[in-house]
Amino acid sequence: MSIRKSRNYFSPDYMNQQKEKDKSYGLHPLDGYLKKDRIPHIWCPGCGLGVVLSSFLRALDHSGIPKEKTAVVSGIGCTGRVAGYLNMDSFHLTHGRAIPFATGLKVGNPDMVTTVFSGDGDLFAIGGNHFIHAARRNVDFNVICVNNFNFGMTGGQAGPTTPTEATTTTTPFGGFEHPFNLPAVAAGSGAVYVARWTAYHVEALIRSLEEALNKKGFCFVEVLTPCPTGYGRRTGQKTGKEAMKYYKENSRIEHGADPTEVSLDQDEIIVGKFVDREAPTYQERRGEIFQAIRKKKGVE
Amino acid sequence: MKPDTYFIDGNTACAEGAIAAGCTFFASYPITPATEILETMAKRFPEIHGSYLQMEDELASIAAVIGASWAGRKAMTATSGPGFSLMMENYGFALMTETPCVIVNVMRGGPSTGLPTMVAQGDVMQTRWGTHGDVGVVVYCPGSPQEMFDMTVEAFNTAERYRLPVVLLSDAVVAHMTEKVVIPPKEELDIVNRKKPKNSPEEYLPYCPDEDLVPPMACAGEGYGVHVTGLTHDERGYPSVDEKTQTFLVTRLINKIRKNSDDILKYEEYKVDDAEIIIVAYGSVSRSAREAVDMARAEGIKVGLLRPITLWPFPEDRIYELAAKGVKAFLVAEINFGQIVYEVQRCTDGHCPTYLAPRMGGSIHTPEELVERLYGINEGKEGSN
Repeated sequence: MSIRKSRNYFSPDYMNQQKEKDKSYGLHPLDGYLKKDRIPHIWCPGCGLGVVLSSFLRALDHSGIPKEKTAVVSGIGCTGRVAGYLNMDSFHLTHGRAIPFATGLKVGNPDMVTTVFSGDGDLFAIGGNHFIHAARRNVDFNVICVNNFNFGMTGGQAGPTTPTEATTTTTPFGGFEHPFNLPAVAAGSGAVYVARWTAYHVEALIRSLEEALNKKGFCFVEVLTPCPTGYGRRTGQKTGKEAMKYYKENSRIEHGADPTEVSLDQDEIIVGKFVDREAPTYQERRGEIFQAIRKKKGVE
Repeated sequence: MKPDTYFIDGNTACAEGAIAAGCTFFASYPITPATEILETMAKRFPEIHGSYLQMEDELASIAAVIGASWAGRKAMTATSGPGFSLMMENYGFALMTETPCVIVNVMRGGPSTGLPTMVAQGDVMQTRWGTHGDVGVVVYCPGSPQEMFDMTVEAFNTAERYRLPVVLLSDAVVAHMTEKVVIPPKEELDIVNRKKPKNSPEEYLPYCPDEDLVPPMACAGEGYGVHVTGLTHDERGYPSVDEKTQTFLVTRLINKIRKNSDDILKYEEYKVDDAEIIIVAYGSVSRSAREAVDMARAEGIKVGLLRPITLWPFPEDRIYELAAKGVKAFLVAEINFGQIVYEVQRCTDGHCPTYLAPRMGGSIHTPEELVERLYGINEGKEGSN
């Protein structure tokens, strides 16, 4: 499946259609998706979370999935606060437990298009075990990982994605641990869709998220985002702009790249869609087996 | 299982009770001595269109159960002490977010890995205070396979009526004991379902309680756009850090149970009316205690048994009443070094002494050892606890 297949976003028809939609919203086309009385948000100037959130909402809007059938689940941390700003079924879980909660929610109500929206620390430090098992089960939901390379909410501590040499408040002399290469973790655990973008690659990110929303199975999208307050100021990217400039100058799009070869400890950041495969989901497999059992036992 | 009389163990009865109560979601992680509940659910769920998930650990099990509850399902998990310890985090989350669900804890010997295959009652206070913060909880403590069935149904009903995670605190003896269990026909079972909002999504305040202090619950996909957070939240469900919101919310969560405790409270009395000494025992130990009452009475000692079926709410008023009425002493028999004994002592308010019959080693008290203690108390040879 090609990443650009779904729609011509710049066709006059499509643009008119979107304009009509915008009129019904009011001030901003995405206003309807947000709890406006919860704005302003808590995120710092220069943070990339607004970019990722608006990209997600735009993807959701493009997908045509009604927001009544959309659920967003977050864990703890700066990204964890996403759920609280959304005008839809949204859940702000305990630290690391967004994925198992989403598993229960999705299996409990298969009609809900469910997205886990959380940070690298929440998903891969305290919640790492849940991530690999949800991918293995191929439960039908999306995971958006906002990777800002540190624990931002608590003030910039090292996490499972912090580059080894980076200075943080808990690695004042530089770190000693090797970071996760998240696309490889996801692909190796069984995710059917794996992509990585940065907060700079907005258009591609929107498309990737729309594709993930429409795809059955466990989909994973990593988004590298600036965190000037927690991370950048100690690692040479003092503003969001500097980080964005870095992403712009150092990223290379390589669709279909081997996920094991896209780790971030090389000179360039490899972004793109790495995995897009078909596999029966947890619900599909179970449905088949359960139906056969019911037939055998003669129960409806 | 069709309504009938069966000869089954407590864990199977618990699983059947859950199904009878309308449970269609079960997530769990294998652990002795609770595993039979998982196995029964796995076998039975295809027939009832249920969802059984074997999760990666107990942290995930309870998170999935909470997720399913917000998807509108009646959901349950089952575990033992080590898994229950892991669940404390989301037990608190479910209490805070008022998520109806049932947690079965089949107690085994602790601390830590302890005695995996043997009985204990060491998790009693953990069910009350195990999660951080101030909470009001409901805990059922069944004393037989039949009660494993009945109290599982009851636990679901209470969870749905008052919107909270309810603990079914079983133990290895009751769970693995095989006895007669009557599964009544559906129409004889009183099944409660959670209150749904009557107003429109625009008017709906997800945490605005009715008079019974319980807010109606809209679930995911019903168009209400619910927001659920473990943060201190106001009636809209929005996070808030001000003193007023915190006081209002936590007070309500505790009063929700306290003010409805007459409705929830359950205990059984055996020969208490003329008793001078009262044994307080729960779960499997209550069976030895009952025998001890009869044995002691045959020797002329007036003994009765008070068996709390809900450990929380605790039969506080009844114990106070008995103590004030002139009962000579209470003897608390439990398979630990003393947990409920302090509750009893608190409730007697100094009117009479409270003694403890502790037990370790992975088995229940024998009636004889309890009778021995009763002799001692009766003859005034026992020092106060």
